[in-house]
Amino acid sequence: MTSGSPGLDQPLFLPRERLGALISELQSRGYIVVGPVIRQAAIVYDELYTVDDLPRGWTDLQEAGTYRLERRADEQYFGYVVGPHSWKQFLFPPVATVATAVATEAGWNVTAADGRDAPQFAFFGMRACELAAVAVQDRVFIQKDYADPIYKARRDKAFFVAVNCTQAAPTCFCASMNTGPRCTVGFDLALTEIDDGFVVEIGGERGRNVIVALGLAAATNDALRDAEAARRRAADGQTRSMPTEGLRDLLVGNPNHPRWTEVAERCLSCTNCTQVCPTCFCSSVREVTDLDVRQVERRREWDSCFNFDFSYMNGGVVRNSVRSRYRQWLTHKLATWHDQFGESGCVGCGRCITWCPVEIDLTAEVAAIRGDVS
Amino acid sequence: MNFSAPPPLNPWTTHSVEVVDVVPEILGVATYQLRFTDPLVRAAYSCVPGQFNMLYLPGVGEAAVSVSGHDVAGDAWLHTVRTAGGVTQTLAGLGIGGNLALRGPFGTSWPVERFPGSDIVFVAGGIGLAPLRPAVEWALDHGDRLGRITLLYGARSPGTVLFASQFDAWRDRGLCIDVTVDRSDPGWLGRVGVVTLLVDRLRPLAPENTILLTCGPEVMMRYVARAALDRGLSAEQIWVSLERNMQCAVGFCGHCQLGPAFICKDGPVFPYDRMAPYLNTEDL
Ligand SMILES: Cc1cc2nc3c(=O)[nH]c(=O)nc-3n(C[C@H](O)[C@H](O)[C@H](O)COP(=O)(O)OP(=O)(O)OC[C@H]3O[C@@H](n4cnc5c(N)ncnc54)[C@H](O)[C@@H]3O)c2cc1C
Ligand code: SF4
Ligand code: SF4
Repeated sequence: MTSGSPGLDQPLFLPRERLGALISELQSRGYIVVGPVIRQAAIVYDELYTVDDLPRGWTDLQEAGTYRLERRADEQYFGYVVGPHSWKQFLFPPVATVATAVATEAGWNVTAADGRDAPQFAFFGMRACELAAVAVQDRVFIQKDYADPIYKARRDKAFFVAVNCTQAAPTCFCASMNTGPRCTVGFDLALTEIDDGFVVEIGGERGRNVIVALGLAAATNDALRDAEAARRRAADGQTRSMPTEGLRDLLVGNPNHPRWTEVAERCLSCTNCTQVCPTCFCSSVREVTDLDVRQVERRREWDSCFNFDFSYMNGGVVRNSVRSRYRQWLTHKLATWHDQFGESGCVGCGRCITWCPVEIDLTAEVAAIRGDVS
Repeated sequence: MNFSAPPPLNPWTTHSVEVVDVVPEILGVATYQLRFTDPLVRAAYSCVPGQFNMLYLPGVGEAAVSVSGHDVAGDAWLHTVRTAGGVTQTLAGLGIGGNLALRGPFGTSWPVERFPGSDIVFVAGGIGLAPLRPAVEWALDHGDRLGRITLLYGARSPGTVLFASQFDAWRDRGLCIDVTVDRSDPGWLGRVGVVTLLVDRLRPLAPENTILLTCGPEVMMRYVARAALDRGLSAEQIWVSLERNMQCAVGFCGHCQLGPAFICKDGPVFPYDRMAPYLNTEDL
């Protein structure tokens, strides 16, 4: 990881008490600012109205199957890692209307979603793995021949304020997936939190336009050094890792490994892992009609390869067993995603480990299939 | 720099179509002639053998259906459909003049035009002849560019031979047709047995100069491929058309994955060598 700034300009310094001014600046430009807030004992993403909505002074404690908030000794705004939400829910909404149909004298009048009414979001507090996850979904939803209008319109408008991690959870393994912890590309602005404020890197023209309005001074060498040390804590603090060498062939080549049967005995097929994963993209479309079926909405909803009827076809289900569904999920995520999109579908955020009710850890499953543990 | 690359399309855009004719085929199967309501769409739409459309019946849902032919005079696209569930039942109830929506075409094509001079063997099971029919027609239209053209067809019973009324005309145009049924009935003088037996018995066969295109139930295609390999064809000379649950048809919904492939956009027509390992894994 380089110590220099990946941004275009010299890094600036944003004093802690002016963080709210950055939120206001974005709001004044018409952005709906979304960021971390505490809801039901977890840090999730929701609309930010003021700087006081941020989880200042809180951190998250995570382990397989465990998530808990705790007070920090200091007053850091971004002193946590990642929670159950990801930005996916704003770019690829859990429920969206892809088309509407209205019955007329001349037949059905069907109108496809065009994304014209897409909200303009500013995401406030994106982690490096989350920037990577958005890039992964870009390749899914914006392809050469077809682009999803809902995703693309939201994506084109969105402003990304990244915040570098300054600590790692035991569930994190972004370093081994090459997606973090340092934010290097894909942001408009990237902040690193230090004692009295933030070092701000500028990712491009759009970010520069916003930040110049705050009239900030350049970051001092001391601030730059503190920021670098803070970021290093996140890198050095990572204990988990995913052995990616030869991983694609390992999983594709082992569809009948006994470990699939073993993990299926623990997995509840609850879909939690796919819901919290920032890259999982599966969905289904449902017809929602009024009583006399003259107004119809085609409603796309998140689905999961762990759902029994996901592979329904011709009156039967292809993936009948939990074994086949867990195998599909893990093999797709870590192996066939490479065939499809030229990269892994996993960014190493650790959410699926934390939010699995039975503590299934994909890094341990891979190790078992590799034969590293018995 | 490429200034001409068109922007990506909206996959959810549908076009209004009218049912201009319904031809009952066998029990539970009919061919629907669908014509675009908008003359501009009518002029612009085209597809290649093997591709499919998503037929949308508002309030009911969508179903993937292969194009089974083109009525040039009537400017209508043919879809041969077995009544299965909600969408296909509603389609069957529409009748001539009925209105629905269509998006497409999607997917890959039968590679008939890529093998000039080759012998072509079509192997179909049941309604699997419908997605093959445009490729058969294309091959017969371009017979001078191809070698021997054969159709091996397996049906459950004599009464379920699809497009039987067309077979004589196809024979007149040079198609060798061999039909077998699983269960015979008193009037049936033809063969009885599974379609793979027709592959075993196929004479003459020049394996190095033959491509085999098959469509039917997945198990049938697996056995057909095995029989063809036994006859000396290589896996790259065999093509299959696969089917999975599809919600979007462009690789966004995730449902149709089989191994590394999205059946909707990487298929439905695949070279067998690419899919063989995945087709032979249980519950994949
Ligand atoms: C590429 C391709 C080409 C095809 N070509 C043809 C063709 O030429 N002719 C033909 O007859 N058929 C064809 N099919 C098959 C056809 O798409 C299916 O038979 C389709 O399911 C029929 O839709 P339906 O609503 O009538 O039946 P259903 O089987 O009831 O399916 C209705 C829809 O609801 C969903 N659904 C229904 N019940 C359930 C359940 N219990 N759980 C979950 N989901 C459910 C299904 O996912 C489906 O999308 C093709 C399929 C593919 C993939
Ligand atoms: S698979 Fe797990 S660790 Fe990887 S990106 Fe998804 S939720 Fe994060
Ligand atoms: S791996 Fe865990 S989170 Fe995922 S479906 Fe199984 S039990 Fe649920």
